[in-house]
Amino acid sequence: MARAALPRRLNWQLAKVVELVEETARTTSIVLEPADWPGHQAGQHVDVRLTAPDGYQAQRSYSIASGPEDRHLVLTVERLDDGEVSPYLVGELRAGDELELRGPIGGYFVWQQSLAGPLLLVAGGSGIVPFRSILRHRAAVGSDVAVRLLYSARALDDVIYREELDAFGAAGDGVDISLTLTREWPEDWSGHRGRIDGELLEKVAWPAGDLPLTYICGPSGFVESAAGTLVSSGHDPSRIRTERFGPTGQ
Amino acid sequence: MSPVSRGFLGRRRPVADPSRVPPGQYLTSDFPVLSAGPTPHTPLDEWSFTIHGEVDHAVSWPWEEFVDLPSETVTVDIHCVTKWSKLDTTWKGVSVDTLLQEVDTSAEYLTAWSDGGYTTNLALEDVTDGKAWIAYEYGGDALEPEHGGPARLLVPHLYFWKSAKWVRGLTLTANDEPGFWENYGYHNHGDPWLEQRYQGD
Repeated sequence: MARAALPRRLNWQLAKVVELVEETARTTSIVLEPADWPGHQAGQHVDVRLTAPDGYQAQRSYSIASGPEDRHLVLTVERLDDGEVSPYLVGELRAGDELELRGPIGGYFVWQQSLAGPLLLVAGGSGIVPFRSILRHRAAVGSDVAVRLLYSARALDDVIYREELDAFGAAGDGVDISLTLTREWPEDWSGHRGRIDGELLEKVAWPAGDLPLTYICGPSGFVESAAGTLVSSGHDPSRIRTERFGPTGQ
Repeated sequence: MSPVSRGFLGRRRPVADPSRVPPGQYLTSDFPVLSAGPTPHTPLDEWSFTIHGEVDHAVSWPWEEFVDLPSETVTVDIHCVTKWSKLDTTWKGVSVDTLLQEVDTSAEYLTAWSDGGYTTNLALEDVTDGKAWIAYEYGGDALEPEHGGPARLLVPHLYFWKSAKWVRGLTLTANDEPGFWENYGYHNHGDPWLEQRYQGD
């Protein structure tokens, strides 16, 4: 595997909250202006640290939703009901607040033009977040790498970035967006239904023979299942990059 | 000194013994899974464990011989760089000390390598004197593939990315050579008590 450039030290810094955008009932995008952002690659994440009045601290990692070329750094956070940090970020944080963070972190689950394609992006739930960064980056650099994105959400109301994804798909420059809804769907729903399985992947994914570069992001059980299905249908494991979050759910 | 996050109080869960939780970590009773790629499924009859590199002679054990080696059962706390810690995890495996008895070496470092291409680097002193095992059972059961089975390195005093899943061998080296995550900016040593998450920490 390729050796990454020598990373610099990751110092904690304060980022000003410019705006909060409610994406769905459970997810909010936090638009940030960091004091000293060194830039990032599409697909990387940051660590966020909260401090209570008595000095107690909590840290969590969040994927970056903005493209490297965007003016602001954006995190999209899903509220976990029994969580400690996400309910604060989604429910308490306000524009004008300052948020402590450091990054960017991670150098493997990233896409840049030199990695070419074709790209297969498979997202479960808030696993779509790093893919918005990748799609924005692809558009910003004028890449013509063909992309197929398969996004699994519980219901239409849970789909994050729906309009933007529709626009990527409608641009006619090689991005194909497929949605599958696993719990409920509108009566006239013309997209896919049910969890991602071998049948759906065969319909939507690039054939193994096209040697796609695949990124899978979502809850652990989702990633395990999607990656396992692709490998057993002949996809090269070394061309599949995964990012998992949350409990095993198994 | 971090400024107070307006409106943040924290949702601290009572911890029996806070001295067992390193800075910046939270406790989980779950066992989260993290990996850079798909889970390999190497059949046991194709599995072996190898020690080679800067040694007088390379040694390799097929699965049947490996699980016949003297084993130890240990209960340890584990700490992942993604912030979760899990207390009192019980593993069975072969101490790295036992394996290294089979070779003569002047090496001071090693690279653990795994099915799927993962690598991580360690100082020899971090895996000797009862500090590391090649574990093949977790909680009394065969180690599941998602958690690194058939066997993973277990180095509980360092962040868990050093405990390479699907480990197949150790390459002893004269020089310290960064492994997979170490090349992507993660700390070379990874001591959770010093919060050595990323390079420069």
